[in-house]
Amino acid sequence: MSLFDWFANLRKTEPLIQEQQEREIADGLWTKCAACGVLAYTKDLKANQLVCAECGYHGRVDSDERILQLLDPKTWKPLAEEVYPTDILGFRDRKAYRDRLREYQQKTGLIDAVKTGTGLIDGLPVALGVMDFRFMGGSMGSVVGEKLCRLIERATAERFPLVIICASGGARMQEGMLSLMQMAKISGALHRHQKAKLLYIPVLTNPTTGGVTASFAMLGDIILAEPKATIGFAGKRVIEQTIREKLPEGFQTSEYLLQHGFVDTIVPRTQLKKTLAQLISLHQPFFPLLSPSQKLERHHSAIHNAI
Amino acid sequence: MPKTERRTFLLDFEKPLCELESRIDQIRELAVENKVDVSEQIAQLEARAEQLRKEIFSTLTPAQRLQLARHPRRPSTLDYIQAISDEWFELHGDRGGSDDPALVGGVARLEGRPVVMLGHQKGRDTKDNVARNFGMASPGGYRKAIRLMEHANKFGMPILTFIDTPGAWPGIESEKLGQGEAIAYNLRQMFSFEVPIICTVIGEGGSGGALGIGVAECLLMFEHSVYTVASPEACAAILWKDAKKAEQAATALKITAWDLKELGIIEGILPEPISGAHAEPLEAAATLKQALIENLERLVEMAPEQRQELRYQKFRQIGAFKEIPL
Ligand SMILES: [Zn+2]
Repeated sequence: MSLFDWFANLRKTEPLIQEQQEREIADGLWTKCAACGVLAYTKDLKANQLVCAECGYHGRVDSDERILQLLDPKTWKPLAEEVYPTDILGFRDRKAYRDRLREYQQKTGLIDAVKTGTGLIDGLPVALGVMDFRFMGGSMGSVVGEKLCRLIERATAERFPLVIICASGGARMQEGMLSLMQMAKISGALHRHQKAKLLYIPVLTNPTTGGVTASFAMLGDIILAEPKATIGFAGKRVIEQTIREKLPEGFQTSEYLLQHGFVDTIVPRTQLKKTLAQLISLHQPFFPLLSPSQKLERHHSAIHNAI
Repeated sequence: MPKTERRTFLLDFEKPLCELESRIDQIRELAVENKVDVSEQIAQLEARAEQLRKEIFSTLTPAQRLQLARHPRRPSTLDYIQAISDEWFELHGDRGGSDDPALVGGVARLEGRPVVMLGHQKGRDTKDNVARNFGMASPGGYRKAIRLMEHANKFGMPILTFIDTPGAWPGIESEKLGQGEAIAYNLRQMFSFEVPIICTVIGEGGSGGALGIGVAECLLMFEHSVYTVASPEACAAILWKDAKKAEQAATALKITAWDLKELGIIEGILPEPISGAHAEPLEAAATLKQALIENLERLVEMAPEQRQELRYQKFRQIGAFKEIPL
């Protein structure tokens, strides 16, 4: 199970302390790169979309920041903000799911693990879904499923291209089978979007695993990935325990998927908006440019036909 | 199933029943040796055993049901296909370089009607299980499945799938060949088919590996089968950080047919012979056959678009959330 890795990593790196340190450094105007350890002036790092200028490491971006990075200013129109998670199973592991939800909502200011809405990318309309890993590891429960379905249905109705920024550990176990079924539900909505001959581009960011990989992350007409993201179906730990072998270097990375034909290209974050705009523009309906004489000819034949 | 064999695969909760049955056998033998008539006592004890059996199997916990769902003698996809079809012709291969023995399928005739049947295939013994990879399909298996479903759609044959897997195979080769993509593609394509689709969970419905052949307008489950987002063992290890909490996880995850009926995920529950499908496989097969025929009769009456809409809406309404106006 891929969420296992996420939890294991949580324990290993003690993110609370790490986050706190990072925040302190950030408060002090400096941010330390998680990969190379080089300190960067926070303002510069933000201007570079949280990509380390030294080593190219792509730091985690929250959903609000991502929307700012991708959309033209003031064009974001959120959808389905009234949809909230609920604990229908009365699930309790070491903590009640209800309490977990409340804690994450308070800690992150998010309602659940995805933001959906419409906006413009270089003037082109787009339906955009952005997963947020901060909320329970971006896990997919009923709210993620419902919000993405409403977004996709809107895109189909308005004939918008669809972009989903993926970041998820997989299905949200606290919602049992309801969470697994969201994979099928979203894929059904994507089928209708596809049938309408509309463009869908998922962007795979670190990490994209489990049920998200086995559904909407892999269903793009064109699939983009950020550099060095972890992307896969089964968790590394599960695979290692099952086959009792060490995993090869670079296994389940963006680069590995590119090599095996499952993503179209790897796009550095600083190029993402430009790339999306170009791809969307390339898939706009084609109206050939007419020369003045051709225009006149068309005009005459239109009049002729009308008479 | 012969008694001796049943004892080989005895589950914990069956022990009191088994002890009582052995006692009955002993008394019977002693009576023959000593030439005394004990038929009345035997009848009484047998009635008690029957009562005990009913009690045990009507109050199973989710974890106990999981044991039944994984029972080594539980009828497999091929057992059911052979029992319910008039004709059966197995087809092989994903046309992409592999033929996964963990996922089988082919064309069949069910009460005269040509259909495509396919499903996960667990082994019947240890050797077979190794060959079948314990019913854990690889990308090639899911691609074979969709190839067969496309075949069915082309020739207007209803699609009947049988779900019985611990999950999709988690291996290096699986990832390299795109396990996620293979399952995802099936999920979307299954919404496109015009022919009726009925999926039945016959044993273990394990996560995305089960769902990969599980998109239907009619989803059925055998009484002692389970369907779960993650195995209770994995869930316990992750959420409780203690694999021993699997029993608790099995309950919390809501994996039984009744739970899933209540959550609006499945359409029907198929009753099993008392003691489970493995005790009377032919009786279980008859139940399955009847349920498939009844549901097919209903579904073939509909227009293709109606079936697609039904399938879409079935999944569209699954989920629990609340709406709080802004
Ligand atoms: Zn760096």
